[in-house]
Amino acid sequence: MNLNATVIGQSIAFAVFAYFCMKVVWPPLVAVLEERRKKIIDGLEAAERAQLDLAAAQEKAGEDKEIAKREAAEIVDQAKRRANQIVEEAKDQARAEGERLIAAANAEIEQQANRAKEALREQVATIAIAGAEKILQKSIDQAANEELLKGLASEL
Amino acid sequence: MAEAHGAAVAQTGTEYVSHHLGFLTYGKVDGHWGFAHSPEEAAEMGFWAINVDTMLISMILGVFFMVFYYLVSRKVTSGVPGGVQNFVEMIVEFVIDSVDGAFHAKNKFVAPLALTTFSWIFLMNAMDLVPVDWIPLFAQTVAGDSHLFFKAVPTTDINITLGFATAVFLMVIYYSLKMKGPIGFANDFLMHPFPKWYLAPLNLLLELPGFFAKPVSLALRLYGNMFAGEVIFLVIALLGWYQLPLHFAWAVFHILVITLQAYLFMMLTIVYLNQAHQVDH
Repeated sequence: MNLNATVIGQSIAFAVFAYFCMKVVWPPLVAVLEERRKKIIDGLEAAERAQLDLAAAQEKAGEDKEIAKREAAEIVDQAKRRANQIVEEAKDQARAEGERLIAAANAEIEQQANRAKEALREQVATIAIAGAEKILQKSIDQAANEELLKGLASEL
Repeated sequence: MAEAHGAAVAQTGTEYVSHHLGFLTYGKVDGHWGFAHSPEEAAEMGFWAINVDTMLISMILGVFFMVFYYLVSRKVTSGVPGGVQNFVEMIVEFVIDSVDGAFHAKNKFVAPLALTTFSWIFLMNAMDLVPVDWIPLFAQTVAGDSHLFFKAVPTTDINITLGFATAVFLMVIYYSLKMKGPIGFANDFLMHPFPKWYLAPLNLLLELPGFFAKPVSLALRLYGNMFAGEVIFLVIALLGWYQLPLHFAWAVFHILVITLQAYLFMMLTIVYLNQAHQVDH
């Protein structure tokens, strides 16, 4: 175990190797490690963000669905109400039309009945006059009787 | 391993072990430059000599892992990583986690330094798992000298571990001066642990040995662990065929030791540098 210049040689060699390591070997290796670390961090962040986005989208979709459902229900409701309304209106119209027709028919009937009565009255008057003429023959004043007969006829 | 057996027969066990513990030292002996032929000669060379074997293995491993990291770093992708990239990223992330846990200032140099420290020391320690005779035998064959000393595990050389520790120590001093300034750095020694000016000498007496103990303990811890492991591998290699299960068991245990020692060295480096960056505590 003698000390000799090997100590100096090894010291210098060590310093040179360490310097070479720092200048040439170390930077690319560490850069790569750093880059990969960054990549992994980015990837994890992206995944997390995507998960949040997905959750938000799902929530949004749920909300949209709810709104759509509500709107659809409203529309159906409205349509039903409108339909009922239309049916009601139609019914009312039909009823009114029917009543109008009935009224018209009744008026017609009355009119015809009146006309028939009139005609009948005239005929009765004629028959009565003819009957009376036959009974009384000539002696009766046409004009005086006319008055009398009209009063009779209106009493019929 | 069979060679170990053969070698053990040719030499005594002590010779075998001590030969394996010798270095291939290049330096000036008897007035001319050359390789040491014995540990005694290597010691004679004094400080201005170099352990060619451990330095060579250390450089080969250093260049190997740097080129490997370099090639991987050229082709990295931030997408799905492939097998090799995955492996390198695992180590890098482990180092980054360790630095984040123990280093609380801002310094771009610390993490690459920790990566270099951990990878390099781990690989050097891992040479321990190569059967003890393979690399020396290979070197002896290449050199054509069957008595060539060749130490295969760089971290069993105190010079190598002390080289690391010295570099770390100099960095600690440099960053201490840079972050705290000369006065702040001096204050660390004079005003801690007792913040009274008249206790400054006592503080100095307490702090200074601790400060210099850091690099020494850093170097000795690694060296001691690896050296002990190496010696036990060598002793096991002397056992002939019985070494096989023992060698396996010790190697499996050693996988833990080499990793732990590399980790400890890295962590302590980070902690010491962190202390150097702690302004006003």
